[in-house]
Amino acid sequence: MEKSLQEIENEVVDEFSMFDEWLDKYEYLIELGKALNEYPDAEKTDDKLIKGCQSRVWLDWSLKDGKLFFNADSDAIITKGIISLLIKIYSGRTPEEIASSDFSVIDRLGLKENLSPTRANGLVSMIARIRELAAENL
Amino acid sequence: MDPKEIRNLFPALSRKVYGKSLVYFDNAATAQRPQSVIDEWTRISSTCNANIHRAVHLMSEEATQAYEDARECVRGFINAAESSEIVFTSGATASVNLVAFSFGEAFVSEGDEIIVSESEHHSDIVPWQMMCNRKKAVLKVLHVDDTGHLKVEMLESLMTERTRIVCVAHISNVLGIVNPVEKIAAICHGKGVPVLVDGAQGVVHADVDVRKTGCDFYVFSGHKIYAAPGTGVLYGRKELLEKMPPYMGGGEMVGTVRFDGTTYAPLPLKFEAGTQNFAGAATLKPALMLAMEMSRDEELCRYCDDVRDYLLDALMKDDRIRLYGVPEDRSEKISLFSFTVEGVHHEDLALILDKMGIAVRSGQMCAEPLMDRYGVTGMLRASLAPYNTLEEAEYFVESLDKAIKMLR
Repeated sequence: MEKSLQEIENEVVDEFSMFDEWLDKYEYLIELGKALNEYPDAEKTDDKLIKGCQSRVWLDWSLKDGKLFFNADSDAIITKGIISLLIKIYSGRTPEEIASSDFSVIDRLGLKENLSPTRANGLVSMIARIRELAAENL
Repeated sequence: MDPKEIRNLFPALSRKVYGKSLVYFDNAATAQRPQSVIDEWTRISSTCNANIHRAVHLMSEEATQAYEDARECVRGFINAAESSEIVFTSGATASVNLVAFSFGEAFVSEGDEIIVSESEHHSDIVPWQMMCNRKKAVLKVLHVDDTGHLKVEMLESLMTERTRIVCVAHISNVLGIVNPVEKIAAICHGKGVPVLVDGAQGVVHADVDVRKTGCDFYVFSGHKIYAAPGTGVLYGRKELLEKMPPYMGGGEMVGTVRFDGTTYAPLPLKFEAGTQNFAGAATLKPALMLAMEMSRDEELCRYCDDVRDYLLDALMKDDRIRLYGVPEDRSEKISLFSFTVEGVHHEDLALILDKMGIAVRSGQMCAEPLMDRYGVTGMLRASLAPYNTLEEAEYFVESLDKAIKMLR
């Protein structure tokens, strides 16, 4: 049976919490970032760009068979690693599932500081955009 | 003064971050506060918390005294002629906004021109843009060269008979090079044009003498020079301030108020409407006294220069690193280093350095036009204060190398 959104969240959190040291967590995120699916340069258009003071994030999406699929990229590698986690969790989910998620996985990952709105980080806007897209496609 | 001794004056410097000793290299954003500043805030709050200037009672008199003592201290620090030329604001940003509005009202009309430099902080660009939009005036730009020096030789040709004011930073918050403000002022004054100098960084790192330099306005924030946040200074030449209308109306700034017309208080109160941040402003005195003590300590200054030279050499010789603001002569560079690393994003570096206990700034640093000028989306900036040590600088260089290797 297909895993629920919550099960995937738990898996991602478990995997990430294997690392005690922050630098190891970052090493892991850097690896994930490097391995993230290639995002075509042609899709790095302004309408897909989420601009922050720090890193830039591009988010592309599509709706297939009632499920939302996301592809994203960033010019910063750690951000890309976090994007990879978010895609693992939220891509291929129905708008209903995403809309009902409280996104507390971010807290559980201990990445809240990387995602706090005061950081003017593109990731914050990316999460907001994922929620928005889910709401629009309900 | 031993730099290690100075560190003890700043309680926050002894804290740990992620279990590591803090290396605070984000001083250009805000400096740490010494105990004397914290104590002054506490003293006012716990012994004479009363509204200033208005009441006749003792607490008010003591609070007013502390506030006005701070004003006199600022006057001396920048060598202004009179303390009435020192206006307290909430920060450098508020000071520029005040001038942009009030100077604009008094002196700028349609078709007039304002010149700002390309390396200005947004605080010294956006208020002028807003004023230009309001007045239908034109904003012109004095460019910087590849090494980060202002193209001062272009200034004269940029100026016309419609130029109303020229605005430059004493030291750019990105480039860390002391601009030749005295020379700029001389060029401007030769054409009868006043100069505003953004001293947010300059007041911390250079000797400021507003009369010798010949600047007509000099602005800075308290928090970057060890005072309480929410404090700031506008120095303005009396002759100009007197011709400028108030920025905000309210209590304190008035002479008499009638429904058929109001007269304004004399300088500087004309520009200090409402209850001021008196507990904060008072901390400017201990803050500036410490700044003065540090800048006059030859041994300490030599040490700070050594730390700067060490970092400058380390960053310059690393061919992975591109430094912005490369001095012709070391003495014109302050201990502030903005750079990019080829193939590595500034945010990634800052995140990793943070976890190593090092606080640096990354991003556009409120200077987007300058980022565009150098074709980058952001930079990493390490900015030091006299309490930073050579050991910290060495740890920073090692950590930076480790972080780059992790990311490449």
